[in-house]
Amino acid sequence: MRLLKGRLAAFIGGAAASLAGAGAAVAQQAGHTTIGAPVPWGMGLQASGGPIKDAISDFNALVFWIIVAITIFVGLLLAWCVYRYSEKRNPTPSQTSHNTPLEIAWTVIPVLILVVIAIPSFRLIYYQDRARDADLTISVTGHQWYWNYRFPDHGNFAFDSRPIFDEDLRPGQLRNLEVDEPLVIPAGRTVRILTNGVDVIHSFFVPSLGVQKYTIPGRALETWLRADRPGVYYGQCNQICGVNHWFMPIVVRAVPPEEFEQWVGQARTRFASSIPSASATENPVALAAPAGATTLNLASAQR
Amino acid sequence: MATAAGAHGAHDHHDHKPGFVARWLFSTNHKDIGTLYIIFSLFAAIIGIGLSFLMRLELQQPGMQIFADGQMWNAYVSAHGLIMVFFVIMPALIGGFGNWFVPIMVGAPDMAFPRLNNISFWLLVPAFLLLGGSLFVGGGAGAGWTIYPPLSDAEYQSGPAMDMALFALHLAGASSILGAANFITTIFNMRAPGMTLHKMPLFVWAMLVTAFLLLLAVPVLGGAITMLITDRNFGTAFFDPAGGGDPVLFQHLFWFFGHPEVYIMILPAFGIVSHVISTFSKKPVFGYLGMAYAMVAIGVVGFVVWAHHMYTSGMDVDTRAYFMAATMVIAVPTGVKIFSWIATMWGGSMRFDTPMLFAIGFIFLFTVGGVTGVVLANAGITQILHNTYYVVAHFHYVLSLGAVFGIYCGIYYWIGKMSGRQYPEKLGKIHFWMTFVGVNLTFFPMHFLGNQGMPRRYPDYPDAMWGWNLIASLGSYIAIASFLFFFYVMWVTLRRGEQAAANPWGEGATTLEWQVSSPPPFHTFDELPRIR
Repeated sequence: MRLLKGRLAAFIGGAAASLAGAGAAVAQQAGHTTIGAPVPWGMGLQASGGPIKDAISDFNALVFWIIVAITIFVGLLLAWCVYRYSEKRNPTPSQTSHNTPLEIAWTVIPVLILVVIAIPSFRLIYYQDRARDADLTISVTGHQWYWNYRFPDHGNFAFDSRPIFDEDLRPGQLRNLEVDEPLVIPAGRTVRILTNGVDVIHSFFVPSLGVQKYTIPGRALETWLRADRPGVYYGQCNQICGVNHWFMPIVVRAVPPEEFEQWVGQARTRFASSIPSASATENPVALAAPAGATTLNLASAQR
Repeated sequence: MATAAGAHGAHDHHDHKPGFVARWLFSTNHKDIGTLYIIFSLFAAIIGIGLSFLMRLELQQPGMQIFADGQMWNAYVSAHGLIMVFFVIMPALIGGFGNWFVPIMVGAPDMAFPRLNNISFWLLVPAFLLLGGSLFVGGGAGAGWTIYPPLSDAEYQSGPAMDMALFALHLAGASSILGAANFITTIFNMRAPGMTLHKMPLFVWAMLVTAFLLLLAVPVLGGAITMLITDRNFGTAFFDPAGGGDPVLFQHLFWFFGHPEVYIMILPAFGIVSHVISTFSKKPVFGYLGMAYAMVAIGVVGFVVWAHHMYTSGMDVDTRAYFMAATMVIAVPTGVKIFSWIATMWGGSMRFDTPMLFAIGFIFLFTVGGVTGVVLANAGITQILHNTYYVVAHFHYVLSLGAVFGIYCGIYYWIGKMSGRQYPEKLGKIHFWMTFVGVNLTFFPMHFLGNQGMPRRYPDYPDAMWGWNLIASLGSYIAIASFLFFFYVMWVTLRRGEQAAANPWGEGATTLEWQVSSPPPFHTFDELPRIR
């Protein structure tokens, strides 16, 4: 019960913050970072951290207004029929059962609407597909139930990223979303992501960066992401993968490029044992406590 | 022959029925088998909806409350999906209403293969027992209703639970294939004189297309799960990359079945809604041929869009572009149907009895589910909506609020015909409004959760997602209460319902089932009706 009360307080606090004016914007001012995370009572897509998500949001807005218009149109037609053609108001039914121009219209007009949707939609998927001139490559491997990240362009070090249990959360950390070692990327740089699987299928899913790809055993899949704004972007495994499917979060931390270089330097020493051997999966160093330099400023990540 | 002659003794017009065991266990009468299917489906719905009640209880607040662990959760989620698809919606719409009304509507004395019909039903019973039993064996079969390997392989779902679920699918699939062959034969060969294909009622058209989809799609599932069973038990590696297999191959095979499957569930509901709209507007269906061929088009195109369920499985971008375009095409025949229903009402003289309420509700809610389908067709957006609650909201709008509304619509429309007793109108309307409010409250907030990135098949979620989950849970309690209330309505109907006239709906009801008594005689037609 105490736990529940705590969650209730956090939830209400978060809701208040989001009501006060777009939670992400508040956080941006407070900590100069964007937070890609769900907000209480959030209805739309998560805050956007980079160009892919921006493109998705723009296109989504277009489709959203089209479907709202269609739904309202159908709703109004139905309401009009119910009102005007009830037994009371219209005792004698017409027997009309054909109207060729009308039938052609309601076939052709939807086609035109679909064309309006399809053109930007094709553009979007080709844009999302692969990185042009990636600045670096990161290899993501899904495991039951943690993630492993490898940096082949930076000395090929790798580390595991494991979820933090409720009892180990520090104040301000988000339950079910935090990991011990976030994936650190340079802000404003194009990152090629290669996903690999070793046990079952997982899905590398960070909504605020507009990226999702399965990690499938026996395959290497490619996608990309870029965080234009420094910040913390949360995600979760999004393909059923067994008992702890719900507890293998993803944290992507985008930092200024200089800070990233620093982090890489430290990471190469901390995760040195992962470099030469191919067995990146068993890496005791990754389990060590996070180093001070990489500790998140999570007080600001709270909302 | 002697006994047959004896049984028919006097050759009078009395409606002689066989004894209980012969009638219900060895039944060959399409109406009795239809009744068995409907009863079976309602029973399965108690289990399937009961599982969803437990799931919504768990999701009502963050943290793990009533489920022991994620495996138990996964098993329940999987069972809920499989039960609702294979043992609730399909038996009610296809086995139930299809068996009851296809022969009557085409003026046939019975189905083409009455004994095949019987085995189709009785295969479902062991199938359901196997699937239900799998929940209690080991950790259950927790790989989602899509049973993707490697998660469904023996290494990750050890023990017999998954095998039981797979065999359940095999049996249910065999049942569907036999049923489909039966419907196709009946519709093609047993129409009464004068009943040309272009005079067939739309429900029969819907069943014809559905039967073809079943016949062509279910064997693919059969092949996929056979390979999965041998992967699990006999050391093959069809889907195991370590042995040269491919997990993505399974996804293709599954969805080659799975996408037509969603039309299998919704097309019969389309048919029912067409009849109900026409009956209660007292107008013939608008654009009959367009309506019939829209269903054919949906069926055909439904076979070439399967991989839109796999946008994040690493398909080439050109392939995704194709599947995106093909998927959006389906919106066109669907739009034709929606607008034709509205045009059927236009100029009509509408009565708002319970079946009509469900039909109008169906049109609106199916539109909502349809337009979110257009959103999801776009691989670009689905990159971040795939597998989220947005998808859950979408397919519950088209199935839970579409197909299930179709079932309720059919039950209220035909209960007088099937049982001889008419339902109490007031109770029916209360049931409609409870259901309408409950399901919308349950599923609409799921769009928001999906937009916010909540993945499916999660027993626990980040605290920020609490609010909409709470609303959804409260809504689901209303929906479940309305489901229980439905049983009360049925009980009142069967116990105290008014005697139903042959045609309780008046001039608008023109199909053949309204020409025979309520309930129809054991052998519906003494001589074949002639259709002008």
